[in-house]
Amino acid sequence: MDFRLTPAEETFREEFRKWLNQTLPGDWDPFNQPTFKEPEKIRDTYRAFQKKLSEAGYAGIHYDKAYGGQGRSLMEGVIVSQEMGRRCISVVMPGVITHGMALPLIYFCGTEDQKKKFIPKILDGSHLWCQGFSEPDAGSDVANISTMAVRDGDNYIVNGQKVWTSMAHFADYCLLVVRTDPDSRKHKGLSYLLVDMSLPGIDPRPMTQITGEAEFNEVFFDNVRVPVSSLIGEEGQGWKMAITTLMFERAMGDVVISAAYETNVEKLIRMAATTKNSGQPVIEDPVYRQQIAQSYIEIMALKYHGLRNFSSHIKTGIPGPEGSIGKLLWSEPNQRITETAMDMQGPAGQIAGGPWSVQNGSWQYAFLRSKGNTIEAGTSEIQRNIIGERVLGLPKDASRDKSAS
Amino acid sequence: MDITLSKTQQNIAQEARRFLKKECPSEYVQKMFKDPQGMTDDLWRKMAEMDWMAMRIPENYGGMGMEQIDMSLLLEEMGRVVLPGPFFSTVILAGETILAAGTDTQKRQYLSAIADGKAKATLALHEPDGGSDLGYIDMSGTRNGEDFILNGTKLYVPDAHLADFIVVPVRTGTTGEPADTISLFVMSAREKGVTISPLPTMDGTRKLSAVICRDVQLTKASILGELNKGWHPLMHALQRAQVGLCAEAVGGAQKAMEIASDYAKVRVQYDQPIGSFQAVKHMCAQMFTETESSRSMLYWASWAQDFGAENEATIAASSAKAYCTDAFTNVAAKGIQVLGGTGFTMENEMHLYLKRAKANQAALGTPVYHRERIMQLLASAVQ
Ligand SMILES: Cc1cc2nc3c(=O)[nH]c(=O)nc-3n(C[C@H](O)[C@H](O)[C@H](O)COP(=O)(O)OP(=O)(O)OC[C@H]3O[C@@H](n4cnc5c(N)ncnc54)[C@H](O)[C@@H]3O)c2cc1C
Repeated sequence: MDFRLTPAEETFREEFRKWLNQTLPGDWDPFNQPTFKEPEKIRDTYRAFQKKLSEAGYAGIHYDKAYGGQGRSLMEGVIVSQEMGRRCISVVMPGVITHGMALPLIYFCGTEDQKKKFIPKILDGSHLWCQGFSEPDAGSDVANISTMAVRDGDNYIVNGQKVWTSMAHFADYCLLVVRTDPDSRKHKGLSYLLVDMSLPGIDPRPMTQITGEAEFNEVFFDNVRVPVSSLIGEEGQGWKMAITTLMFERAMGDVVISAAYETNVEKLIRMAATTKNSGQPVIEDPVYRQQIAQSYIEIMALKYHGLRNFSSHIKTGIPGPEGSIGKLLWSEPNQRITETAMDMQGPAGQIAGGPWSVQNGSWQYAFLRSKGNTIEAGTSEIQRNIIGERVLGLPKDASRDKSAS
Repeated sequence: MDITLSKTQQNIAQEARRFLKKECPSEYVQKMFKDPQGMTDDLWRKMAEMDWMAMRIPENYGGMGMEQIDMSLLLEEMGRVVLPGPFFSTVILAGETILAAGTDTQKRQYLSAIADGKAKATLALHEPDGGSDLGYIDMSGTRNGEDFILNGTKLYVPDAHLADFIVVPVRTGTTGEPADTISLFVMSAREKGVTISPLPTMDGTRKLSAVICRDVQLTKASILGELNKGWHPLMHALQRAQVGLCAEAVGGAQKAMEIASDYAKVRVQYDQPIGSFQAVKHMCAQMFTETESSRSMLYWASWAQDFGAENEATIAASSAKAYCTDAFTNVAAKGIQVLGGTGFTMENEMHLYLKRAKANQAALGTPVYHRERIMQLLASAVQ
């Protein structure tokens, strides 16, 4: 057992750190970054950064050179992810679906043409992707999707509606799950299409979230003609693909997130040192000291759990049961971090910016945004169902037993 | 980086599981729980034959010189069955302290005796009014020519009633920080002036005693290492012991979780296995989540004791101590809830897990103590 990096990996980390320091602006503050209130800005910042990353040879570290990757090790991929999570999570965020879902799915399941067409554009920052899974009647029960794709010559005609589609209003492509077999039910008959968002008939309408910004959208598809060549994998095999791809990238995702949250805990401590209650720094209050330390501990659990999961993945090629708990290990602790931060501010917790706010109101945003954490990417309840049923082998509840395949 | 277990390590765990399943079934533990001694010589001898006492002791003192992680894997299995008796007090508490503090001669004398199972021992640390503060050491060691006279009370000393010798941290300096005032003495449990009184202990598998010293006269040779320099080695040993408690916690939580989820598959109410009810299913899922993440913390903290920088070893031990022992307590409590009335009986084994969980939380610094320690380290790093 060894938690250390090799000397070569350490050197690689140092080099990448140095590059980040030179590339990020001098007054870079990982916490005060554009939000989705300024969608163009967030998109352009992402694009510009990803382009630089690519030019410097740091994009797609563990992907094949043939498609614009670097052909380096997974561990080096982890290193880059960790450093970006730590220093510039805000520029990583808009690319989470692009790099965490679209890229691995195309890489592992795409045709040679699809790989050549899409991967280089993802890696150099030209294309941002969104993920069209959820629908009004298919949330947790994602297999209940009813958006239809009907074959018409060389095209599919797509009709239906997606919802909660993050970044659909400025994404270039969509990873769209559709029903290709109208007589199918549930998991069977679902397919993945790689859809150009500029096609006629696609209408994304931003929805205002509790943070006041619009990160996600309703997206309407009205007789959209999608070329058959956009199908990825076989028709009707969409479900299986989704499961396999996501396992691996989830492990990588945990690594990025834990690095970002480590920075958040540091920020929390800085805030506690400078914020006062009854004239005294909050950091002297034993109640908050306990809460801060607890958050630190929980983030360490996330970090080392993620690395352990990743490590056994690399060694054995199969995700262990430990993979399924990562989502719970980041979403709930993040909510606790932001709640602690809000409590520590006392009455200033109500102020979302300006001179009398704490750390420019960034925690107010973080607090609200964290409420989405236990919903997005599968709610906590669904995670616990999965662990209970697939890992522990507990029986399905009677109602779902009947409806599911 | 490789955070997986080697073949050898997997073997340690498998062998231990096989052995303990046979030699330490739940009926045995239940019996020892009520037994005043709390372990049979037969089991102790067999464990010694497995070379378990020798694992962490260096080869030149008759041991096997293995790493903390290897010991953690063994302790995980011991925690799984809630092993009763003085293994932890002898091998971990006394053994690690002597290993960290002793001179070559002392190690030869005491560690060899531990390694081959001849001696049982313990560490007498906590004192009245000290609470969780590991540095609250009031027992005095006053000079008397070449000798020292010990006076004071030690409490909550694990398995002192079985010990042949006891390691005692004592205040020998008069002023200043613990780093310059604490000495570690090793004394026979039958030394004149030593009274050992067993305390009614909630966790009957780890019996605690009061150890009272009244004018106990010890020679200078009974000081482990240097006079007044016991604090740092003691802290190093305690960190390993804290990690040891985490290992027991992970093993215990794993088993409690298995008992509960197995039960949830077969116990039928309202014509369905109770595990199909989400309220029950989600409790089991939470037990799994806490157990599996505790195991990751345990691996990190174990590794850091041997290979991490000093600061990392400390913060990892404290993080794991708080996280894993809290988790074990939650898991065992949920275990009782999942079992219903059955879980609330002495007859069912679940009570053993709850009691050990609570004991491991309380011993060697509560989670509150460790979180404060972490906060001190974090605050100084950020400022
Ligand atoms: C910030 C954010 C970004 C998102 N981005 C995207 C995106 O880019 N693309 C995309 O496709 N989707 C996205 N989603 C959608 C997300 O995946 C869904 O919201 C989620 O799967 C839940 O579906 P729902 O909202 O329909 O809630 P529902 O499924 O209706 O759930 C409502 C409540 O019921 C509970 N519940 C439902 N079924 C069960 C059950 N079987 N057992 C126990 N409890 C149950 C849920 O846990 C929840 O508490 C995003 C969501 C958020 C919040």
